Amino acid sequence: MRMADLSARTARLRARLERLGSTVTSLVWRLGFASRFLVYMVLHSGTAFRRFRLTIAQVYFAGVLSLVIILVSGLFVGMVLALQGYDTLQRYGSSEALGVLVALSLVRELGPVVAGLLFASRAGSAITAEIGLMKATEQLSAMEMMAVDPIARVVAPRFWGGVISMPLLAALFSAMGIFGGYLVGVQLIGVDAGAFWSQMQAAVDWDNDILNGVIKSVVFGAAVSWIAVFEGYDAPPTAEGVSRATTRTVVTSSLAILALDFILTALMFTGGN
Amino acid sequence: MNRSTIDLWVGIFVAAGFAGLLFLALKVGNLATFSTDPTYQVQARFANIGGLKVRAPVKSAGVVVGRVGDVRFDNESFEAIVSMNLSAAYQFPRDTTAKILTSGLLGEQYVGLEAGGDGMMLKSGDRLRLTQSAVVLENLISQFLFKSAAEDKGAKQ
Repeated sequence: MRMADLSARTARLRARLERLGSTVTSLVWRLGFASRFLVYMVLHSGTAFRRFRLTIAQVYFAGVLSLVIILVSGLFVGMVLALQGYDTLQRYGSSEALGVLVALSLVRELGPVVAGLLFASRAGSAITAEIGLMKATEQLSAMEMMAVDPIARVVAPRFWGGVISMPLLAALFSAMGIFGGYLVGVQLIGVDAGAFWSQMQAAVDWDNDILNGVIKSVVFGAAVSWIAVFEGYDAPPTAEGVSRATTRTVVTSSLAILALDFILTALMFTGGN
Repeated sequence: MNRSTIDLWVGIFVAAGFAGLLFLALKVGNLATFSTDPTYQVQARFANIGGLKVRAPVKSAGVVVGRVGDVRFDNESFEAIVSMNLSAAYQFPRDTTAKILTSGLLGEQYVGLEAGGDGMMLKSGDRLRLTQSAVVLENLISQFLFKSAAEDKGAKQ
């Protein structure tokens, strides 16, 4: 009786361990496939640059159509930063440093990160759904039949379109946020405009702050586009599969952006000053 | 939407993106100031630099004339050596005084230059002889306390 109970428990434990193991191996397997996919796509992206109109069309879909959400969110993020920052800074009698606070937090962190998160949910999900649906309706197989490589013709232009759009969107987000901070800080609250801009200019450095922000946004753009095209290409060719892949794109790329942001920040801003 | 309209919008988007970057570079960052101007470097030794940082402004009469390029500790004299990159547009006499000052009560620290009367101008690689260290708040407070304690003693006697 006790022996049977024990063996049933070991069987349950074993089943649980096997499930855990298969989850881990399938994750590693997918990571390997995704890396192979990335290398193949980069090697076969000649078409995306030779027939640059393909990429331009994707810049339109990923970048231009994301402009409104990026600009409006940037404006509001900047305005909120100015309100919150002013509230804290005026306790220490240094409300002139508002420009520095708004500009540095936008250029270094919020610009690339929030623009990346918005880009992942606005453009990344669309790319995954589009490629996944193309696969489900066998358009990709049809291309292969016609000796057209679907990775070179469909996937690579979408990837490069995302990589090109993302830094521009992040720069616009930061610029719009600083404008929003100016609107609230100078026009609404009444911080001195000269101090706002001059302290900002004294504190924000081209190499250390702006270029690092651009590098971050390029990395985020590449990561989000890679995840989006891979999830689309790897999606099971069913309605449920495409919907799951779209969700996974948003979740994975948001996590990837935040994790990469930590790594990049740790690499860039440890010098002390 | 046909192709040429897409091209137009992408063109506008890319131009706007670069305009945003340009705005960040020129209006927000300090790329325009002293990054392309020719500069010359002078050094100064300070007993204490307080919170002076690399890239802090060097001002004379309140005008930014350069930036701090490097801050080092001299192992022989136990002093700080501050290298300043001054814009070549501004020339200073050789007996110019360098002070470490604070903008406002809690503001950033900067190097203030006060021109002397020497006829010779500073050259690249010169060293400023006359310097004044940063004011350290703790030293100031302890001086004040000692002074008031001494005054108390004097009053009792």
